[in-house]
Amino acid sequence: MNRKFFSSPAILLLPSILAIGFVIIIPLIFSFYTSFTSYKLTRPDSLFNFVGFRNYERLIDNAKFWAAFGRTILFLAVVLNLELLFGLGIALLINKITWGQRTLRTIMMFPMMFSPILVGFQWKYIFNDNIGLLNNFLYLFGYESAIPWLIDKYLAMGSIMVAEIWANTSIFAILLLAGLLGIPRDPIEAARVDGCNSWQVFKNITLPFLMPFIFIALTIRSLDVGRAYDIVHIMTGGGPAMRTELLWTMIARIGYKDANMGFANAMSYVSIILSIAFTYYFFTKLVAARRELGQQ
Amino acid sequence: MMKHIKKISFWFLVLFLLILICMPGIWIFVSAFRPNPEILAKPANWIPDRWTIHQFTQMFSINGYVSVPAFKYLMNSVIISSVSTVIAITIGMMGGYAFARFNFKGKNKIFLGLMLARAVPGISLSLPLFILFAKIGIINTSFGVILVYVAMNVPFTIWLTDGFFRQIPKEMSEVARTDGCTRFQAFWNVELPLAGPGIGAAAIFAFLLSWNEYALASIITRTVHSKTLPIGMMDYLDEFTINWAGMCAIAVVMIIPALILTFIVQKHLVSGLTFGGVKG
Repeated sequence: MNRKFFSSPAILLLPSILAIGFVIIIPLIFSFYTSFTSYKLTRPDSLFNFVGFRNYERLIDNAKFWAAFGRTILFLAVVLNLELLFGLGIALLINKITWGQRTLRTIMMFPMMFSPILVGFQWKYIFNDNIGLLNNFLYLFGYESAIPWLIDKYLAMGSIMVAEIWANTSIFAILLLAGLLGIPRDPIEAARVDGCNSWQVFKNITLPFLMPFIFIALTIRSLDVGRAYDIVHIMTGGGPAMRTELLWTMIARIGYKDANMGFANAMSYVSIILSIAFTYYFFTKLVAARRELGQQ
Repeated sequence: MMKHIKKISFWFLVLFLLILICMPGIWIFVSAFRPNPEILAKPANWIPDRWTIHQFTQMFSINGYVSVPAFKYLMNSVIISSVSTVIAITIGMMGGYAFARFNFKGKNKIFLGLMLARAVPGISLSLPLFILFAKIGIINTSFGVILVYVAMNVPFTIWLTDGFFRQIPKEMSEVARTDGCTRFQAFWNVELPLAGPGIGAAAIFAFLLSWNEYALASIITRTVHSKTLPIGMMDYLDEFTINWAGMCAIAVVMIIPALILTFIVQKHLVSGLTFGGVKG
């Protein structure tokens, strides 16, 4: 291999950019175009039927879309916050254990390696009203009326959130634990000598130190939030009566079931911007936190 | 006394956590080896009365009858995941090296751009990919799926490998080069072996993402020619009934490789993610 090849970052980056360009950028440009047409899969000629902003206008007027949009934001807000909270709790807990810590850490990573589709299926089973593990468990305690976890309009959303949290808390736990293990002991001991209590030590030393790790975890998670589609798709498919419909399941339904690609693509763009905004926000926070840590 | 209560409740909490994490997996594993009616028993029966490998023999058509062509799905999954991982790691590593070792215009912007490309939700991307792949004739082929997974895995590979290359002092490569190595030789003989375990971790991570992916594959694979295991799993799902035992069996086939790989990867994965992120 010649020398020039390995000395030019442009050439080194070229294959990555080509792959992403072909699989992600070009399709996105194409779908941006179709979002301005009335394209239907069943009628290929409609690809050239330009309708301007009509798909977007229909979105703005569509109450179901806004309900799904709001539900997605709510879902992400609840799920990400709880995952962070539980992840921090688990990390603090495991940090205290001296014996068997490594084994525990490995076990903790199991849910991370489950396919989201599998997570959805296993929780669909656990929450099944008739044969599910949870109702079976309650039955043992004499609670004989089956609770319709995935059919009740309020419980269904909560059940999906449980599945999502089960699957993704470990990312936070693992990364925050790595952060905790890296905290220098001196400032903590000094603070204790100066009479700080545990809460003050946590708030003023541990937490600031953990900040970059929290943002790494949030950035990684934000890359993958769209995978919640798999879980919802399997557990409820957006039901009952669209009570668990998120943006992603709505896109799939309108794009493939109703074959209305133009409208679905307009909706996709909203979801893409949402994901990118999440990632961008956490990434800039990460860069800032990293800079702050570097200055100390 | 107070101290004792604290200690007991602490371990109780740890135990509760362990049960919560492991219980669903254990249940799937046990259910894969029991007859279907027993799964539906009430109250739940944790230890099967009768162990059976019926679902597995059917899946892999050991006695001639195939319920779901799981072997074909498994092969598709293995081929698609490994080929896409090798390619993604090769080109992602080049990118990571470029970010770790060179300063160039717009470096941070390009890095951010690559990460944002990864953030596009699979289902949103699947709409245009479905149409485009159908137009150029690579829908329902392993090639098409591999292409998609390469692009999906490249950004994260760049993040991880960038972190690992940064941990290696620049001077080592410089010394090798003053001794007459080309830049590539220095990379190949010095930096690559040192970053090896980290790159292995990145590879396993890429492999698992391809192994587990559903949203995109469910659209661009149509038949047994290219369907992967997560898509094949849906074969057990009828309109109104679910063959739970069959699903558990195919789930076991899917989880075991993932678990083994997790064991190998876990240590390096964390260091790659955090070094790449914090000491940037």
